[in-house]
Amino acid sequence: MKLGNAKLEEKVVFFFLFLSTLMIVVPVVLVIAVIISRGSSVLNWEFLTAMPRSGMRAGGIFPAIVGTFYLVAGTLIFALPIGIFSAIYLSEYSKRNLLTRIIELAIVNLAGVPSVVYGLFGLGLFVVFLKFGASILAGSLTLAVMVLPVIITASREALQSVPKTFREVSYSLGATKWQTIRHAVLPHALPGILTGAILSLSRAAGETAPILFTVAAFYLPRLPKSVFDQAMALPYHLYVLSTQVPNVRLELQYGTALVLVGLIVGANLIAVVIRSYFRAKKQW
Amino acid sequence: MVDQKIQIKHLDFYYGKFQALKEVNLSIPEREITAIIGPSGCGKSTLLRCLNRMNDLVSGAKVEGEVLIDGEDIYQPSTDLVRLRKKVGMVFQRPNPFPISIFDNIAYGPSIHRFAAKKELPGIVEKSLEAVGLWDALKGRLSEHALALSGEQQQRLCIARLLAVEADILLMDEPCSALDPIATERIEELMRKLQKNYTIVIVTHNMQQAARVSSRVAYFYLGELIEFGSTQRIFTTPLRQETEDYITGRFG
Repeated sequence: MKLGNAKLEEKVVFFFLFLSTLMIVVPVVLVIAVIISRGSSVLNWEFLTAMPRSGMRAGGIFPAIVGTFYLVAGTLIFALPIGIFSAIYLSEYSKRNLLTRIIELAIVNLAGVPSVVYGLFGLGLFVVFLKFGASILAGSLTLAVMVLPVIITASREALQSVPKTFREVSYSLGATKWQTIRHAVLPHALPGILTGAILSLSRAAGETAPILFTVAAFYLPRLPKSVFDQAMALPYHLYVLSTQVPNVRLELQYGTALVLVGLIVGANLIAVVIRSYFRAKKQW
Repeated sequence: MVDQKIQIKHLDFYYGKFQALKEVNLSIPEREITAIIGPSGCGKSTLLRCLNRMNDLVSGAKVEGEVLIDGEDIYQPSTDLVRLRKKVGMVFQRPNPFPISIFDNIAYGPSIHRFAAKKELPGIVEKSLEAVGLWDALKGRLSEHALALSGEQQQRLCIARLLAVEADILLMDEPCSALDPIATERIEELMRKLQKNYTIVIVTHNMQQAARVSSRVAYFYLGELIEFGSTQRIFTTPLRQETEDYITGRFG
């Protein structure tokens, strides 16, 4: 009965493959369910728009939300242009040689550096050496360095997925290299670049370690006035509420987590929508 | 004596160590259709791509000899590639409009070369589409996506795109190989119409096509020019045995 065994094997293998796949969904659903069930009770207009009070045990998380937005915007300003430009260089201009190999190796390694190390690096370079102090500027720069490899890799893949014929046609019409990149390649790579950028920014929004020493304020119940000010930020605020402040209502922690996760899921959804919109339009 | 638009002298071409063209000498007359035929790998596409220096993009490519277009050697260091490629346009094997609107496809060249103000673009688009016989069919649909057109229309659009940058030599690399016989016939008709104003060099696998459209034929084999002459003579009384074997279908 060899055949019968093969059929049974097929079923067993299928079952375990399916089970493994299902396991990916479980933690996501659980995390979101727990956060919503415990955190949604504190979620109201005041929580989102008021300053924290009584040693963060009451009031809202407005400065932390604003701080996170500033940090994400700062990261975007520094990381996006540098990331896209270097991706263009690597994908379109660089030749395969030792220097390119070294650059590629650096990008791969940069992506593997633990985020707390970025925090220390930011402290050493931006806060102390460049004398920016613990500030939005130093925090944004640190986060920008952290997400650069992701943006570069995503942009590079997006550029390389543009068919070679587009470049050929453009050259054959007499366009220069830069004109070809600018008009025949970049527009078609943009959706991929944007998706990568949004995903990396949502990662930046959720990181605690890189901002720990470079920008995050423990308790600062006012909004930052300039890029040289410290600021509160959602992930760090959550960490503080959970470990550093005694007698905080659990709902406040979960409420903060809910806002943070909501922002990140929202950003990722935007990325998914952009991607599927352009995928539907794309015909090559 | 017809004017020689393109003169190829002692041309050798290498991909790394492989010699793809050997000592090619060929004069291509103005405002005629010259067909380059030969079996796969004989160097005919390579030759075509030497004429607008598209081979520059291939790493390891090396050229020796001269290619004179309107008397100027295009392999001089001082050659302006932008000017050369504007003048020597190329139609590829598969129709390859950009995935943008019909209008923008034709406006691509003129806007890049900045020889046209924005308000002149509609006129250029109309003239170019008119010349390839697409204007009447497409005049109300210029903002539509170019990839929504049929294969034949896409190929016509690609030709119109060259006319818009005022090319006067059209290199066609098996322009009909992705098209059905009826579309092929219509493109050939267009080629015959265009030869009044343009010099056309077509690479083709299809000997009937060469016989139908061209006035001159060059037969290549293994990187060498075996025979060159008027289409009628090549197809009726070839001088070389190899040519006869190929055109009578004994091999290839």
